[in-house]
Amino acid sequence: MIDAGFGRLTDPPASLLLARVRILDPAAGTDEVRDLGIVDGSIADAAAVPASAPRIDGHGLIAAPGFCDLHTHLRQPGDAAAETVASGARAAARGGYTTVCAMPNTDPPIDRPDRVRSLLDAGRDAACRVRVVGAVTVGREGMAVADLEGMAAGGAIGFSDDGASVPSAGTAGQALRALSALDRPLLEHAEDADLAAGGVMRAGRTASQLGLPGWPADAEVAVVERDLALAAETGARIHLTHLSCAASLEAVRRARTDGVRVTCDVTPHHLTMAETWVAGDRAFAWEPSRRDPSLAFDPMCRANPPLTTRKDAAALLAAIADGTIDAIATDHAPHPAERKLVPFDQAAPGLIGLETALSLGLAAVEAGVLPLAALIAALSTRPAAIIGEARGMVVGGVADLVVFDPMARWRVDRSTLASASTNTPLLGMTLPGVVRLTIADGRITYRA
Amino acid sequence: MTLRAPPRAWTHRHLLDVDTLSRDEIDRVLDLADEMREARETRAHRSLLDLETVALAFYEPSTRTRVSFELAAKALGATVVDLAVERSSAGKGESLVDTLRTLRRVGATIVVLRHPSSGAPYLAARETDLSIVNGGDGTHAHPTQALLDALTLREALGSLDGRLLAIVGDVAHSRVARSNIHALTKLGARVRVGGPSAWVVGFEDWPGVEVATTLPAALEGADAVMTLRVQSERGAVAGVGSLADYVRDWRLDEERLASAAPGAPILHPGPTNEGVELTAALANGPRSRIGRQVEHGVTVRMAVLALVAGVA
Repeated sequence: MIDAGFGRLTDPPASLLLARVRILDPAAGTDEVRDLGIVDGSIADAAAVPASAPRIDGHGLIAAPGFCDLHTHLRQPGDAAAETVASGARAAARGGYTTVCAMPNTDPPIDRPDRVRSLLDAGRDAACRVRVVGAVTVGREGMAVADLEGMAAGGAIGFSDDGASVPSAGTAGQALRALSALDRPLLEHAEDADLAAGGVMRAGRTASQLGLPGWPADAEVAVVERDLALAAETGARIHLTHLSCAASLEAVRRARTDGVRVTCDVTPHHLTMAETWVAGDRAFAWEPSRRDPSLAFDPMCRANPPLTTRKDAAALLAAIADGTIDAIATDHAPHPAERKLVPFDQAAPGLIGLETALSLGLAAVEAGVLPLAALIAALSTRPAAIIGEARGMVVGGVADLVVFDPMARWRVDRSTLASASTNTPLLGMTLPGVVRLTIADGRITYRA
Repeated sequence: MTLRAPPRAWTHRHLLDVDTLSRDEIDRVLDLADEMREARETRAHRSLLDLETVALAFYEPSTRTRVSFELAAKALGATVVDLAVERSSAGKGESLVDTLRTLRRVGATIVVLRHPSSGAPYLAARETDLSIVNGGDGTHAHPTQALLDALTLREALGSLDGRLLAIVGDVAHSRVARSNIHALTKLGARVRVGGPSAWVVGFEDWPGVEVATTLPAALEGADAVMTLRVQSERGAVAGVGSLADYVRDWRLDEERLASAAPGAPILHPGPTNEGVELTAALANGPRSRIGRQVEHGVTVRMAVLALVAGVA
């Protein structure tokens, strides 16, 4: 008997048979259509699934390892109007994520072991695993290096002053030396504050036409080069987050050749939305521009780093396919409506991303500019590996997976987003890819 | 009453910039402005906007733009309220959108918005059901200035087709320059922007725009010259040396204008810094159209208000 769908699944226990589903497992390098069994939250042979368990037709669906987001702003503590651990984790589950790494730029910042532990506690019952990134410097002030060892012992998976770079090379070097002993990465938001000074969108023709101060690519590349030199010097691991410039990718490639331990990620919006979106364009970066001037200066399109050029977006997509970029990380940056209901240059930068990352990736896959296998690996196994976690679809392993319909379409709508915030320029757009089921650590966290 | 200018398609509820106007629509504004000049004297259209309440929301200082909008609205019979920002809740930190929604609730139908943030009028148009006229936003656009400049140039030169207009000065910080580029290129003119390289950066890729970084190169063969205000309030002089350097290399005078077309008219959006952008003799001389620009400011704004109100 085949049941109608996922909506009727109960939990616990997560036992079911998903018939004829396409299973993509980047860890094993497999891509096959077969029956997927889950028994008591573990992946099992189809034959082992009890007859009483629900059976669901998986035809046309894809099952993949649960997604892992290396860059999430859960806004807890301090900004419940934007997001909480609970609401952010629900958004994550709805987007197919089973793990998120919470960034420490909260109020107060996560810059002490007790704060790491209390955030981990807050995530205990959330709809996904919550990993914690600690601040590099005390108060994220860029001066004194925080108690990295204590925070690592308390469970921090990496360190970042995200929202800004570690401002001085001396402090960054000092932090990297400490981290090399802890085998935890520095997750760097690469932005030279002097070079970026006042820029609110990528410098270039569109910025010039709109009369908005430009943010030059050099602002990113300068810090990328600095950090790669420091990582080479210290032997520490550096993870460059939300890269947005082709020149940064070149620097990463060169450093890897030299043996520097560097990984990097890109956001879904830098892959898909060009800087012309600030002028009202709503075509994906690989499509011919399609402008609606009434959408110009939409504060939803303000991000940091700013939306990139079409040329850089193409380079970023290619770098996922060729492996230069390890991960797609959302930089999910929820903001309450009033912080975006202001002129563009006054708007808080950032957009939500957990519920749209897969869909934006699938749009690129449909357009033929990103291979499906590379997309799935960049969302799941490769980011997980950066924080030292394994993912896979092997029999006997705990079920930690997402099942989605790559062909189904959904409309991004304020009322259906699980995040507490709705700041995305995608509102009203119809995107491919609907998540049907998310199982985190053997537990059903989302079904539709 | 009847309007003589033949009705042509005008579907815009807002005037945010001139880039979305067609050549026909720009001509329509200019023709209507010509008509308004006569109508203003005979008070022929004194009740054209009697159903409208025009609010002036100026978040930056302004004399000529604010006053000419006020006179334009009153000449057409509108009720006019001036939101004195420094004396209002906006001065107490009320958000722009909240202030505009309040204006709507008390009966405003059209808001003329001047704001230091580029794009603020777009936010206003999206988030309220007011009709928004951009009175200058940041360094982005100043559409009514560009339209009155186009009218002044049309009056001085006849058709703008194939004419070369030089815009000289701090182009990078100038909303006037940006809107003029859109308006004049739509009317068939070529535009050359000239200034110290830091002041013309970013314009190399604009369609239909040439860039010059010396005054002789900027003026060579120009049919008209617009010189822009040195906007020290926007941090402008930084990046190009001292004001004295600018005056030495870029101030317009009769002698330097010799390389432009004979008798080329001179425009300036005001307020002028006489002796900085141009000599007093030039500003007050026979080539100067600066006074005419100010006069056109009222009639062009009458035309714009009538069009966005849907009564012309």
